[in-house]
Amino acid sequence: MKIFRYAALAATALTALTSAAYAADTSFHELERGKMLVNAGDCVSCHTVKGGTPFAGGRPIETPFGIIYSPNITPDPETGIGAWSDDAFYNAMHSGVDPKGERLYPAFPYPYFTKITRQDVKFMREYLNTLPPAKSSQAVSANNPNRMNDLTWPLNHRIFMRGWNMAFFEPGEFHPNKQKSGEWNRGAYLVEGAAHCGACHTPKNKLGGDETSHVLQGGNIQNWFAPQIAGDMRAGIGSWSANDIVEYLKTGRNKHSGATGMMAEVVTNSTSKLSDNDLHDIATYLKDVPGAAADAGSKPDQKVMAAGKAIFDDSCSACHQTDGQGVPHMFPPLVHNANVQSSDPSSVIRVILDGAQTVPTDARPTPSSMPAFNWKLSDDQTAAVANYVRNSWGNSAPAVSASQVADMRKQLQANIAQ
Amino acid sequence: MAGSPVSRRDLLSAGVVIGSTVALGNQPAEARSYSGEIPWTPGEANAPTPIKPGPFQYLTQDEVAFLDAAVSRLIPADDLGPGAKEAGVTTFLDRQLGGAFGKGSSWYMQGPWKKGEVTQGYQSRMSPAELYRASIKAVDAYCGGKFGGKKFSQLSADQQDEILSGLEKGDVKLEGADAESFFTMFLQNTVEGFFSDPLYGGNRDMAGWKLIGFPGARYDYRPYVKKHGEKLNLPPVGITGRPGWNSNT
Amino acid sequence: MERKLPPVDVILVGFGWTAAILGQELTDAGLNVLALERGGWRDTSTDFAVTFAQDELRYMERKALFQEPARDTLTFRNSPSESALPMRHLGSFLPATGVGGAGIHWNGQTWRFLPSDFVAKSHNTQRYGALADGMTIQDWGVTYDELEPYYDKFEYLCGISGKAGNLNGKIQDGGNPFEGARKRDYPNPPLDMVYAPTLFEKAAAETGHKPFPCPAANMSRPYTNPLGVTLGPCTYCGFCEKFGCGNYSKSSPQTTILPVLMRKKNFELRTQCEVLRVNHDDVAKRATGVVYVDAQGEEWEQPAEIVVLCAFAQHNPWLMMLSDIGKRYDVQSGEGVVGKNYAYQIVSGVDVFFDDKIMNPFVGAGALGIGIDEYNGDNFDHGGLGFIGGGYLACWQTNGRPIEYHPTPKGTPKWGTKWKKAVAKNYLTSLSISTHGAVMSHRNNYLDLDPTYHDTHGRPLLRLTFDYTDNEHKMSDYLTDRAEEIAKAMNARDIYAKKRTGHYSIVPYQTTHNTGGAIMGTDPKSSVVNRYLQSWDLHNLFVMGACVFPQNPGYNPTGTVGALTYWAADAIKNQYLKKQGPLVQA
Repeated sequence: MKIFRYAALAATALTALTSAAYAADTSFHELERGKMLVNAGDCVSCHTVKGGTPFAGGRPIETPFGIIYSPNITPDPETGIGAWSDDAFYNAMHSGVDPKGERLYPAFPYPYFTKITRQDVKFMREYLNTLPPAKSSQAVSANNPNRMNDLTWPLNHRIFMRGWNMAFFEPGEFHPNKQKSGEWNRGAYLVEGAAHCGACHTPKNKLGGDETSHVLQGGNIQNWFAPQIAGDMRAGIGSWSANDIVEYLKTGRNKHSGATGMMAEVVTNSTSKLSDNDLHDIATYLKDVPGAAADAGSKPDQKVMAAGKAIFDDSCSACHQTDGQGVPHMFPPLVHNANVQSSDPSSVIRVILDGAQTVPTDARPTPSSMPAFNWKLSDDQTAAVANYVRNSWGNSAPAVSASQVADMRKQLQANIAQ
Repeated sequence: MAGSPVSRRDLLSAGVVIGSTVALGNQPAEARSYSGEIPWTPGEANAPTPIKPGPFQYLTQDEVAFLDAAVSRLIPADDLGPGAKEAGVTTFLDRQLGGAFGKGSSWYMQGPWKKGEVTQGYQSRMSPAELYRASIKAVDAYCGGKFGGKKFSQLSADQQDEILSGLEKGDVKLEGADAESFFTMFLQNTVEGFFSDPLYGGNRDMAGWKLIGFPGARYDYRPYVKKHGEKLNLPPVGITGRPGWNSNT
Repeated sequence: MERKLPPVDVILVGFGWTAAILGQELTDAGLNVLALERGGWRDTSTDFAVTFAQDELRYMERKALFQEPARDTLTFRNSPSESALPMRHLGSFLPATGVGGAGIHWNGQTWRFLPSDFVAKSHNTQRYGALADGMTIQDWGVTYDELEPYYDKFEYLCGISGKAGNLNGKIQDGGNPFEGARKRDYPNPPLDMVYAPTLFEKAAAETGHKPFPCPAANMSRPYTNPLGVTLGPCTYCGFCEKFGCGNYSKSSPQTTILPVLMRKKNFELRTQCEVLRVNHDDVAKRATGVVYVDAQGEEWEQPAEIVVLCAFAQHNPWLMMLSDIGKRYDVQSGEGVVGKNYAYQIVSGVDVFFDDKIMNPFVGAGALGIGIDEYNGDNFDHGGLGFIGGGYLACWQTNGRPIEYHPTPKGTPKWGTKWKKAVAKNYLTSLSISTHGAVMSHRNNYLDLDPTYHDTHGRPLLRLTFDYTDNEHKMSDYLTDRAEEIAKAMNARDIYAKKRTGHYSIVPYQTTHNTGGAIMGTDPKSSVVNRYLQSWDLHNLFVMGACVFPQNPGYNPTGTVGALTYWAADAIKNQYLKKQGPLVQA
């Protein structure tokens, strides 16, 4: 009798290679390149709803202008992109238009994907073709221009994107900088292109376009502050070595910090799957991006700092230690921490209120988690301890107010109620 | 003290109950299957629910009179500081007896009921709330009989001590309640009310902790491990904080 | 009427320490493994976070992490001639429920048994002659030397903080000179010591003993174990035993195994699923699966190729009885094996009061202490003493939680002004020396099914018949006297020796070291499982936990439970999977 059944690991790569959409003349090398770029692009994160079929769309993506639901990009011919020509796929990636000429919203980061070469886009398409086709509803069909969205007027009309593109979108493939090394250029190609780091980490203007003079200097997204990943020593990653950057992207943590919030998903689905070489290229590029000092802002008063210290010593030191040094790779040090010292305190406030889980990866499986303090600390107390950690042990950052905490609390409750 | 309103998602999350009171036990929620990851949701915490100060919710006036008087004898106010009454132990008892503890909901309460040996433990079919209610009534009745119609709360301190010792030793027999069981539970609960976290209504102003020098709900004593023989003088802190946490104090 | 689910390779009944270890080992071997836990999911940041874990009322007094007697309890009597009554409240021992089991709320005191403990019967009869009347101790069928690599494996999984006393036969200064030889030192150095244990250390050394830091599953520094899982450093919070650890510094399934195991595609955990019984085919001599009930009361049949009982100690023999597996022990005839040789621990203490020495008792960890082992096992000559076995003495400093801990000298009233003054005076300036004694098995100490009381599913409750015998009382008194001698060498103001007297009572908390009922051995007539923890009756049924101990030595059981689990995992992986059948010929 057959005794032991093994619950098969999803060997989708193998089974997918036999899928009908696969073109007989595509080489394995091209598929690997395409897969790498699809991983770098983190397509699966936005195009998969929690608990749903990978790449089949349906995930609600919050923008400051409402919610956009990602479409199905599996090779299904009716509701996915199976029937799209290669040119159509390229136009979507490069110019932000769909096969019917309808404009796509930049929640789909085509302003970044535009940099990807036509050949690489083709390889990405070939890789996507190997995925199992999945049927989805018309609400998230890639071929339904009236598919589900929840945007404020007038953005709910795609024609509006024409003006937006004229103001904020410059199509064009990546051009290498001949004065920089091969690593730098490969890193730039990934960061500015497929990996679209700036989509979160570059600040946006009121209409959601990049502030091009502050590339990678930190951006607010969905009530998180994605910190500066350029070279400032205080608010950015100036104190990180290239190896630190590689370690963070690969394992989700390094001695300075641990990935949590929206970055957790990026590590799990994207950067942890890139090769060491690719990560080193990214690190080489990032180390060369000019940083900007955080705003000095106003400093919290002494009474607030004293209250913050009392709260910190009583409630936070058990993990972060009274000197803020934490336990590297386990409880992030707060000393010289870029998240802690960002001008925009959104991440600090919400991590205190809601807690945070450091992303588990195969290399670092412990999901060391900070508990939620929302029930335990008032708005004043939360602000006090946030001020304390932002301005102790050599840290310096603008003061946080109780009303900022109250606002974040409301935002977090509203998220839950959806 | 902040408190987040219970949210719908929190209630639906992986078997965790938000803001549960003491003795939440392990209420059957829903069978769940886990594979592939450790579940985690932001904002979740199986945190305790502080009592709301205010009027007594369970105890009758007569019971409050008895308890105020009795706890004052068990842990009196003296030159060392407040006693159980000042520390709010009666309020603590009120909330406990009115809640899951009072119902004995985590206890095995199936019959048949037999007296049993001392080594077999509590075998009364009375829940704590029932035991208190019946016993207090019976003690007052006993006092009335012995002291000319007076209730326990109307006796002198010495007389009260005499009654309490009698209950403790089993010399005083009560109608409809087991005196020793009652006294054992009552003394234990009084100590609980004096030394538990103030969020439960007792240990007001951390009086119990200040009496002995217990620093409360802390979690990191590493700086003090090697301070052999040193008095630390750490201000006590509760789960919901201490005055030093507020910048306006 | 239950419905049948698709089969799995392995079912683990219960999801505490032993199931976590086996789950990890057997999924590595390529099997698909399903764990069924009657309680719910529990994890650090949601269930015992640093923000609210320090709640003595909730966790210690109202027992929020433990098994609720309303849902599961047992009946108890001291002797076969009495009537057993339900244990209506928890008291003497505190079994858990929920993911992680008692591995969440244990102290972390992690010992190895002595080499002589594994051959207690032959060793003691050889040295001291016939056993006392009714004493039913047995040899285990496995030796210390065979288990040594598995003790090591468990200790490195956990990150035990300690100092070796015997490295490959060489006695090491500062360690326990009586321990069995080990191949390498502990993975972490001992915890930094607080004041009180150092006073004991001094007095013990001055009175001719060899004190050593007790081995602790509380991390003395950050530690990443061989599975790649990381623990943080212990912060001596004093809310260790009876509580979950809020900052990943106490070893538990959550902090050592689950981060890796839960990510595996060939592992599934179902919570709020209580196993009612094990189904079996007696012709084929195999278990066929289990029946479990979910939180809504629906019953499901879950088939499997291998079934492992990983529920808490006495729960496993109970499940065997409810499933009609094996021959039940009958106290009258002395025949049968399932339920026989239940044992426990006998503990006592000496409280020591000073005027001038400040201990700061609230600075504590579950296994923070100094111990001596001169009076354990057969480490001393028992000639003429009238008992066998022994226990360690230790000065632990685990907590200063005031509801439970407010020591007063002998003769102090239990309430009133004098009590209050004594509590205030002595709280900061006292310490305690504990004795942790063995319990030998006896024919009248056993488990069976109660004829009267039932659980919420209508199953008869387990009935526990247990009392200390002369052996335990004499031994415990002896240990308490030795502790008092050391206390006297401390120049204290006051000493209060509290011997364990009278019958065993289910009321005051003592330890959660319940053992026996499914004992291991070399002969199916006198044991339930063989030396690989495999059932003699059904070759694909394995039984984990302290229920396999034939008697209980003078140390906390978890270290040995962990080692035996790894030992059994090896036997399953390397022997059973190759050829399914009995691993030992009866």
